[in-house]
Amino acid sequence: MSCAMMAKDLSISFAEKQVLNDINFEIKQGEIFGLLGPSGAGKTTLIKLLTGQLRQDSGYAELLGKDTRDLSTLEHRQIGIMMDNFGLYDRLSAYDNLQFYADIYHVPYDNIPDILKSMGLYEARGTAVSKLSKGMKNRLSLARALMNNAKILFLDEPTSGLDPATTREIHTILSEQKKKGTSIFLTTHNMFEAESLCDNVALLNEGLIIEYGTPTDICRKYNHLNKFQLTLKGGENISLENSRSSASQMKEYLEKELIEAIHSTEPTLETVFLELTGRGLD
Amino acid sequence: MGNIWAIFKKQCKDTFKNKTILIQFVMFPVLTLIMNNVITVDGMPDNFFVNLFATMYIGMAPLTSMAAVIAEEKEKNTLRVLLMSNVKPYEYLLGVGSYIWLACMFGAAIICAAGSYSPQEGLAFMLIMVIGILASLLIGAAIGTWSKTQMMATSITAPVMMVFSFMPMLSMFNNTIAKVAKFIYSEQISIMLNQISALQIEVSNICIIAVNLLLFVTLFTIAYKRCGFE
Repeated sequence: MSCAMMAKDLSISFAEKQVLNDINFEIKQGEIFGLLGPSGAGKTTLIKLLTGQLRQDSGYAELLGKDTRDLSTLEHRQIGIMMDNFGLYDRLSAYDNLQFYADIYHVPYDNIPDILKSMGLYEARGTAVSKLSKGMKNRLSLARALMNNAKILFLDEPTSGLDPATTREIHTILSEQKKKGTSIFLTTHNMFEAESLCDNVALLNEGLIIEYGTPTDICRKYNHLNKFQLTLKGGENISLENSRSSASQMKEYLEKELIEAIHSTEPTLETVFLELTGRGLD
Repeated sequence: MGNIWAIFKKQCKDTFKNKTILIQFVMFPVLTLIMNNVITVDGMPDNFFVNLFATMYIGMAPLTSMAAVIAEEKEKNTLRVLLMSNVKPYEYLLGVGSYIWLACMFGAAIICAAGSYSPQEGLAFMLIMVIGILASLLIGAAIGTWSKTQMMATSITAPVMMVFSFMPMLSMFNNTIAKVAKFIYSEQISIMLNQISALQIEVSNICIIAVNLLLFVTLFTIAYKRCGFE
């Protein structure tokens, strides 16, 4: 798979503050990359650098094979962006919002009804954005990002504050985009989203990537406890080592059908982040 | 050019649903039509209400509209998304600015039509309005760019607008105010409108307006460098 974007030793500071420090990653075509970090970690700044809105102090970044400092209209038309707080025009209808961006992206108006239908917004096409629910606004914002058949999507907290059903719908849409070969750069502080969607994640803290890899590999790397947590039918909680020494005891519980629930104790991305930084992702 | 036209069209649609902005465009032209036809006082100069409201219109409508539109787009992050979609800051400013300028010129045409002007005077009136509206757009753009929210923009716009729109009127009644007011562009616009039948513009009028324009460009540049469109 070819590289959709990459960053090498990317750094930027504002005034005295180092906002991003030696950022390195590579995102392949059709990959979903998750950038996890608390508010103020530098996620939006990184998106701005990658989309050519800001220029780095040092290092190098490339998007669709081109230096992000020299992106032309051609590359920009292959990018879709969805911000966490929608960026929609409240007084305009859902249709008018998309029509405006159809003009910006040079997309034929004929495509708009299909885009609205694919997002389940066709019935609400004439409704002012201010009257749409949060979930609908989110889907409209995503529709706008997808309308130019972008090769790269930048999604800033795409499911923040949404109900589980809408979140699932959005995850399905993103998975479909991935199958079509779209690369997705996703910022989130939702660890479940990152674990279920992303091929690779980077944990960003105070401008520094402190861990990078697949969610499974990262969690496995920090699986220090390596234990099973058993809840027996009597309500008793038992912790067993994940080793040969626990086999006989486990066998006994199974044979006597005493086990109510069994859980492994591998860490989540949240606990890894906590272990590395001493703070949570929220 | 395509992006400027897209922003222009969006702004057209938005204005019809934005009563705050819409009222700015129509209030003074309508007031002029009413007052000019209803009130007649002996000894009142020709086109008194036309000149009075034209000056107020210049000091108010373009300034408040430009500041409000930019500040709202900043506050609601629509401007950030636009810039990330490869819309250049100058394209955005030209799109919004040209729309507000044109809407104000339409209002100016109505005000002009309410006055009793010869074709040459009418043309001179519109040319003077072009300059005045442009100056107000610049200061409005500076305020909008400086402000993070609409609330902040309104709190700055209100006193600035009062100065530019009311000082020319107050200077008619108070010599001290007139001495100060002569340094602002709206007072110079008012003077030129009042002398329109003589079809003469003095160098001092042009110089003061040029200095005002230069100052507003500088203020906008400072605001943009400090705050950008973020």
